[in-house]
Amino acid sequence: MLQKQTSIRAAEASHGTYDQLASDVLTRAKDCGATEADIVVADGETFSVQVRVGAVDRLTKAREKRLGLRVFVGKRSATTSTSDFSKESLERLVSETCTLAKAVVEDQVSGLPDALQMARDWPDLDLYDDTILGTETQIEWAKRGEAAAFAADPRVTNSEGAEFDSSSGRVVLANSHGFVGSYKSSSYSLSVSPIATESVTGAMQRDAWYEVQRKFSRLASAESIGQEATKRAVRRLGARKVATKRVPVVFDQETAGSLLANLCSAVSGYGLYKRASFLLDQLGQTIASDLITVYDDGRMAGGLGSRPFDGEGLATRKNSIVERGVLKSYLLDTYSGKKLGLSSTGNASRSVGESPSVGPTNFYLVPGVKSPEDIIGSVKEGLYVTDLIGFGINMVTGDYSRGACGFWIENGELTYPVEEITIAGNLKEMFKHIEMVGSDLVFRGRIASPTVKITEMMVAGN
Amino acid sequence: MTNQVQLATFGVTELEAQHALDRLSVRDVDYADLYFESRVSESVSMEEGLVKRASKSISQGVGVRATAGEKTGFAYSDELTKKDLEIAADTARYIANSPKGDRAVPVPTQTRPTRDLYPVERAQAEAATPERVALLNEIDAEARRYDPRIKNVMASFNTEYKVVAVATSDGTLVGDVQPLSRLQITCIAEENGNRQVGSYGGGGRVGFEWYREESRHLGYAREAAREAILNLSAVDAPAGVMPVVLAGGWPGILLHEAIGHGLEADFNRKKTSAFSSLIGKRVASDVCTIVDDGTLPFRRGSLNMDDEGTPTGCTTLIEKGILRGYITDKLNARLMGIALTGNGRRESYQSVVLPRMTNTFMLAGESDPQDIVRSVKKGLYAVSFGGGQVDITNGKFVFSASEAYLIEDGKITKPVKGATLIGNGPEILTKVSMVGHDLKLDNGIGTCGKDGQSVPVGVGLPTLKIDEITVGGTQG
Repeated sequence: MLQKQTSIRAAEASHGTYDQLASDVLTRAKDCGATEADIVVADGETFSVQVRVGAVDRLTKAREKRLGLRVFVGKRSATTSTSDFSKESLERLVSETCTLAKAVVEDQVSGLPDALQMARDWPDLDLYDDTILGTETQIEWAKRGEAAAFAADPRVTNSEGAEFDSSSGRVVLANSHGFVGSYKSSSYSLSVSPIATESVTGAMQRDAWYEVQRKFSRLASAESIGQEATKRAVRRLGARKVATKRVPVVFDQETAGSLLANLCSAVSGYGLYKRASFLLDQLGQTIASDLITVYDDGRMAGGLGSRPFDGEGLATRKNSIVERGVLKSYLLDTYSGKKLGLSSTGNASRSVGESPSVGPTNFYLVPGVKSPEDIIGSVKEGLYVTDLIGFGINMVTGDYSRGACGFWIENGELTYPVEEITIAGNLKEMFKHIEMVGSDLVFRGRIASPTVKITEMMVAGN
Repeated sequence: MTNQVQLATFGVTELEAQHALDRLSVRDVDYADLYFESRVSESVSMEEGLVKRASKSISQGVGVRATAGEKTGFAYSDELTKKDLEIAADTARYIANSPKGDRAVPVPTQTRPTRDLYPVERAQAEAATPERVALLNEIDAEARRYDPRIKNVMASFNTEYKVVAVATSDGTLVGDVQPLSRLQITCIAEENGNRQVGSYGGGGRVGFEWYREESRHLGYAREAAREAILNLSAVDAPAGVMPVVLAGGWPGILLHEAIGHGLEADFNRKKTSAFSSLIGKRVASDVCTIVDDGTLPFRRGSLNMDDEGTPTGCTTLIEKGILRGYITDKLNARLMGIALTGNGRRESYQSVVLPRMTNTFMLAGESDPQDIVRSVKKGLYAVSFGGGQVDITNGKFVFSASEAYLIEDGKITKPVKGATLIGNGPEILTKVSMVGHDLKLDNGIGTCGKDGQSVPVGVGLPTLKIDEITVGGTQG
């Protein structure tokens, strides 16, 4: 038997594009028996410096690259990845991927999206900044952030350090429909983690503050980040337990964001078709109070979750997930959509070595009109939560029980800090009992929420 | 079977490694090392009765590090040419503010770990895909056979075959071959609109045949199904302070969170741990002796050597209630002037070394487990947990039960829904009043996260009683 063999040219990793490499690999896959395939190539540079108590503690620098290949042999598929772009290695990878695919069973709904659905053009989403910062500048940023944290309060006696990170990279996605897309992105971040000590007992409390931006010029000053970190650490000093009690609970921006992340997992296609979500079969139903409207917007300019096309090459867009408490849409890629009889929502997320899954872009709760002060002011006795720890969330049932710390509210005012308590309830009920939504939405990551108040939860302490 | 690893495996000559170390060893540098790693990971998974996903990932690279005082300079590369090594070395020594290598390092002497805790042939460690597929199919059938209310079975089998070599400025060159695998099963049970989940799994540095020994895989399938079915009848968990009995094995996650992280040397050198300056002090009742032991054969948390080439050992953390020691890596041991314990670990060549746990467990006590349960009038009996977390600085830790029961008048009664337990690390073990004679290690499923790095670990515990801890249920 005579077989046609194509060969792969070794990539010129240091310059130029990966388009040719992607095209060569796809052709090779076809020769090995693949009926469809797609390939992701990502490369980038990262820099990170950690400063502790005024001196450099750790400095890290790297360049990396990775290639992921997914092939379909009829309705069977497999995924592989490598960091070795040499010709021999890639040829071996392609043939191994096809062999692997032939070893699993047929999955009737598997496959690439329809060729007609692929994104054709996309706007520049302002995700990349070509500012190159010198090593000394970045060390300086971390030092200034930490110094500001120490200067802000004499009770800050120690530090877990301040870290400045910068990275930039490029993603190329190509598939056997002829789709080729690529985009560049960057990020700059500073985080500061001071430790405050109580003079009498010697008890320590740590907290942190951070900011991440795609453009260096948009980063808040190192001083403001350090000062906010200290404010958060110092206010925890003297924290105590409270008695076990059912009370109203106010979640600050960060912890409300974690509730929104729970909602995001519950509406993700993979959990739904596996029947592992507490929001199963709820499309069109009321799942939250009428104050709740949630969007997922993949096209926000400069957004930390923005991308021009998703992990399968479909155009991203703005999806309405919850409108006035009614569940309007799930988050789906092609596969989970087909399993549920629906179309992709452009939410395929792709880490290089894995088949697509579903992920949010910029997923947020639309702000209300109340200030956080008004919300706290509405509580006679209750809890203001500022930090949550642990994994006590059952996504199948919605049962929720997590370690918390924050402040006790009495007569509408924050009184003393509290810790070593848990808050418990069920997410299904919690979303329905959000009775106030703050006006304070700020994007600090790809999932964001303003302050929210839940009518009542069980607080366990003494 | 030998675990001697040659640098040639990575396409690097000893001369090139020597040259890079020379370049790193400038005046202020105390120590430098090169960590070469190649890793092949494979995974197959099933859901809805179909083994429909298979993946394989190949990575290779080098991490280059120099330390000067408290400072660490670190760079990594997925290319292993002489030039890449040089660039990485120049980045790493930036922290020392010195221009160029001005000091020769000793020629690395090839050694090998003194033992092999996991002599598994590669072919056994990385079973062929059809064998993995057959294993998962049997699991699916067994879980569904256990009870018709099991509506979905999700199972995955993952293997990793890692080859590492460490060349150091103190003149050693040592390598290891580290196989690792894990089987994980999750079942969803459904009855009259009530849906519940149960999970079980196991693994270690073992060959594929281990999973079939005494039909271990089928036992795991039944356990996952049993937990899901049990939770169908679970009642709401209580809230408040009460006595809690922990079953042996995986509930040892208590030690990992409450004690283990707080005893990692880095936090104590920086005095940011709630355990800083408590060495020699009482932090547990006298029935508690806790160790971190990286030398148990075939265990998930075990290693012949840590990622700095130091042989792992068994470190006593707490002896009859008294805090004895920290777990260390080279940087922190040097700066603190304490012994190396072989706990310097990293997720991959792309990560820096940190002091990390291996297998952390409490030694057996003298109580009869049944007497322990009988001694509780009203409390909780917790058998299995999801995950846990700790705030190192204030010592508060949580861990979340996934299978638990009420104890009423000394008897185990109704199953309760999962609840989070919360306590204070330096205090909680002083409330341990009874320790069973039934020490059990977990099945090999634990992954510990720290600073964004995941490493495999083990835990273990005999049945024990905590006189009081806060249980975060919903029923007051």
